[in-house]
Amino acid sequence: MSALAQTDGPARALSLDIRSVSHHYDIAGTRFDVLDDISLSLTPGEFVALLGPSGCGKSTLLRLAAGLEHPRQGTLLEDGNQIEAPDPSRLLVFQDPTLFPWRTVRRNVATGLEARGLLPQRAHRIDEALSLVRLEDFADAYPRQLSGGMAQRVALARALVNDPGLLLLDEPFGKLDSLTRLSLQTEFLRLWQTAGFTALLVTHDVEEALLLAGRIVVLSDRPARVLAEFRITADYPRHRDDPDFVRLRRDILHELGVQSV
Amino acid sequence: MSDLAQTAGDGVVSTSVPSFSIWHQGLVAAVFWLLTAAVTWGLPDVLPWGSAGLFAAITATGGVLLLALALTLHRLGAFGRRIAFWGPWLIAVGVWFLVWEYTTAKTGWLPKPFFSPPHGLLQVYVTDWSRLLLCIGYSLRLWGLGFFSGITVGFTIGVALGWSARFNYWGMPILKLIGPVPATAWIPATFYFFPTTFHASVFLVALSCGIPVAILTAAGVSQVNRAYYDVARTLGANDRFLVLKVAVPAALNHVFVGLFMGLYYSFAVLVVAEMLGAKYGLGWYIAFQSAYSAYANVYATIVIMAILCSGLVKLLFVARDRLLVWQERGLI
Repeated sequence: MSALAQTDGPARALSLDIRSVSHHYDIAGTRFDVLDDISLSLTPGEFVALLGPSGCGKSTLLRLAAGLEHPRQGTLLEDGNQIEAPDPSRLLVFQDPTLFPWRTVRRNVATGLEARGLLPQRAHRIDEALSLVRLEDFADAYPRQLSGGMAQRVALARALVNDPGLLLLDEPFGKLDSLTRLSLQTEFLRLWQTAGFTALLVTHDVEEALLLAGRIVVLSDRPARVLAEFRITADYPRHRDDPDFVRLRRDILHELGVQSV
Repeated sequence: MSDLAQTAGDGVVSTSVPSFSIWHQGLVAAVFWLLTAAVTWGLPDVLPWGSAGLFAAITATGGVLLLALALTLHRLGAFGRRIAFWGPWLIAVGVWFLVWEYTTAKTGWLPKPFFSPPHGLLQVYVTDWSRLLLCIGYSLRLWGLGFFSGITVGFTIGVALGWSARFNYWGMPILKLIGPVPATAWIPATFYFFPTTFHASVFLVALSCGIPVAILTAAGVSQVNRAYYDVARTLGANDRFLVLKVAVPAALNHVFVGLFMGLYYSFAVLVVAEMLGAKYGLGWYIAFQSAYSAYANVYATIVIMAILCSGLVKLLFVARDRLLVWQERGLI
């Protein structure tokens, strides 16, 4: 993992194995079961969407995969190695951009390189990452001066500059207005196709999952279990009026217990 | 006084017709400044204070300058507008000087030694400037050593309290117990424990500003949004990075609240400490002079203190605005 982080150049996509993971929280003496025996494998370069009702534990699964928390049962493996701690080879993008407000856009993007002491060698990567998300002109702005969509693009650049092999996305477009969301989804698809990382996207937006993912895993309400998997083979860019798309959407909504209209 | 200035100003402004641009407030101010000069120079002092001529010259110069500005201000652009903003204040200062001069030196209504005319204060600066400069130097040295060592230690302890649960467990109760005790209460003990009164004074100043900085820094660090740590950790940050590059900048707003509180406390303790056991310093000077009922010297020193302390407060504001530039409202 660390060897990968040291190399300069295109990322090597990583695999992720989630093996029989169960997790619960103890809040004020009450046990809350969050994940119930989840197993899921992502092959390198795959784009998987986790779909489930709000608060079902999808975000917890991402935190476990990021290494921010440890599962109560089961194991998570990245390229066959057990995930013990956070590592820049797999990065998490949150629903809130959580940019550091005291840093300019450029220094926000530079955070990962700076933290690992790679800034001197790879300073050029910052400008590349900024142009990748089309924010070159805002390099010296502070986060409070950015719109929600721009801030989320900075958060993406801040992750991508580290050449992650696995990107964990926690409803990254969830708080954006619908137009910004559409353009950012397209942009993200382009980044995934060019940068070649493995992507695990948590969302509760069926259309988003259908537009982006190669595989959709439907989770149940809390505690989350895997209800069904859908493989989507349609070429990109996908169109929402495609008959297959409409049929899949209805099936997925059915799994989620919603009658489609 | 302000009523007098108000009516005088209104009268002139409302009755005169603006034939060509005259800055009326400047004109009124000039009248009061020149009147002060005339009273100071023309009327005899009840008791000799000295420096009356110098004060008359200063106020006369001010009056002449104001007169010149009154006639030319409309041609001075932005600078002129900035001066014009202070017009009411310049009038008020002129009235204040006049009343002050008349009630003290010229009539003795406000008697010596408890009151002093403006040129009494001026006389102190003229005759005792070298000793005052020395005192300023001593005070700044004591304050500087105390304040900077205090905020350094306070900040470090605050970060540790906010960051480490174990340090917080042991440290916070002690800080909460000792924090509210006024630093001056420690004076008898410190004068016994420290080798010299100077060391004890430095410690007291440091204590007075270190405690609010420690408490506010701890509060700031412990309130940092956990998500910032999560982001930084996934990006490869170690603990050192998390503390210095995440916790500290995120807590800086709180730290500055502590610094401002500490700054005010440090002034208070500085003067008390100097009054009790120092060879020089502004606090010592006040104590020394009041023992001889030299109240003019006391007032003159208070004026110096006011300027020094407000200057230091201003400096801290400038430092804060530099460091917290990211909080400013948007440019875009």
